[in-house]
Amino acid sequence: MIRYFYTSGEYFIFLAKVFSFNNKAKTFYSRLIDEIYALGIQSIGIVTVISAFIGAVITIQTAYNMENPILPDYLVGLATRDSLLLEFSSTIVALILAGKVGSNIASEVGTMRVTEQIDALEIMGVNSASFLVLPKIAAMVIFNPFLAVISMIVGISGGMCVAYLTDIMSFADYVNGIQYAFVPFYVTYSLIKTLFFGFIIASIPAFFGYNVKGGSLEVGRASTKAVVASVILILFVNLILTKIFLS
Amino acid sequence: MIKVQNVFKSFDSVGVLDDISFEFEQGKNNLIIGQSGSGKTVLLKSIVGLFEIDKGDILYDGASFSSMNLHQRRDIRKEIGMLFQGSALFDWATVEENVRFPLDMFTDMSDKEKSDRVNYCLERVNIEKAHKLLPSEISGGMQKRVAIARAISMKPKYLFCDEPNSGLDPKTSIVIDNLISSITKELNITTIINTHDMNTVTEFGDKILFIANGKKCWEGSKKTIFNSDNDELNQFVFASSVYQKFREQKHSDEK
Repeated sequence: MIRYFYTSGEYFIFLAKVFSFNNKAKTFYSRLIDEIYALGIQSIGIVTVISAFIGAVITIQTAYNMENPILPDYLVGLATRDSLLLEFSSTIVALILAGKVGSNIASEVGTMRVTEQIDALEIMGVNSASFLVLPKIAAMVIFNPFLAVISMIVGISGGMCVAYLTDIMSFADYVNGIQYAFVPFYVTYSLIKTLFFGFIIASIPAFFGYNVKGGSLEVGRASTKAVVASVILILFVNLILTKIFLS
Repeated sequence: MIKVQNVFKSFDSVGVLDDISFEFEQGKNNLIIGQSGSGKTVLLKSIVGLFEIDKGDILYDGASFSSMNLHQRRDIRKEIGMLFQGSALFDWATVEENVRFPLDMFTDMSDKEKSDRVNYCLERVNIEKAHKLLPSEISGGMQKRVAIARAISMKPKYLFCDEPNSGLDPKTSIVIDNLISSITKELNITTIINTHDMNTVTEFGDKILFIANGKKCWEGSKKTIFNSDNDELNQFVFASSVYQKFREQKHSDEK
């Protein structure tokens, strides 16, 4: 237990170092663009593929479980839409990104640590934590909402394809369902969550990578620890935010 | 000049440096020598502040580095160039970008001025036609030379080299040693080289600190190193059969 408090304390000290920005703004913006491309744009593919399939599967499973004649068919579209908006596109996509982007960040920063590149930055007088990590955090916080929006659109479209291409329900019912009782706040709530998740996805793995001691074996271990810690924290923060916004 | 005064350093209560004092002089190749695990790298990294010392003081031209705050240390570090054992070139950046990096971070030079400086530094270390290559695309010797170019790009007052010859063949090692030595004289900077390469010691050791088990055992120069009666130093110096034969030859000449 004490070790967790100790690690949490180290994490906040690390964040203080990250946000004590003293590098040139021009350098920051240049790195921010690079990170948006590496962490955000390069994640569009996996988010799109997974969202399309999950949207389709939610539609099929919901239709399969709602064969009661009392329940109108359009509820399948409604259930698919709300599942995607409320949880999948923000939380589940964040868990997927914690694996993809998180392990990438932890191993990149960890390798820089063990090959003395971080020491080289410090020797030059550069705030290495701020230089390396702040653009990653900013990139994820900025781009994660876009990924969530892409996921929502593609996921709903995946369900639409199933409705159109199969005979499990009518296409018109699905389209009616995704428009029925729409609560715009669900999108706002989902996007607010993505800001927090983006921060976690970038900062936790960077922390584990930055504090690696040893060699390549430790980099691998740090990467695994980073993903596990990020996933747990995302689920915990999701619970808190859901309680705050939807209770 | 860098002065190390009664420095102690331990990790998890295991002593690594034990009361080390030494003066590293300007314009000279100052060598820290000793066996692997003797504490050379810890001493070097303590001097540049990568490790915090437990006791003692480190003075950069009279200014106490140990009592400086983070911002004052960053100012001093802008005057430091360091060559790491594994070169530590940024693997996301090309050769040119690596050398240009400190200029981008800390100067207001124009693009042309930066390019001129980068070209000068790369020419100084005899790197040609590799400007656009990544560190992974060049040899170990070239990586060391690029790291030297990066270290001197900001015209440092202090140059630190952690085992500059590690992993290099003897011929390339001599090239690197010559380069460091000529830059030291040319820029009149304080250079500290951490090494266990006897060729470097005998050729470039203007001032030498020998440490064993974290303690200062001997100090002198390349001129006096073969005449010492320090047993630990002699075990280190004459470990190689080449130097043993040299000693035997010297003894027979004296007789």
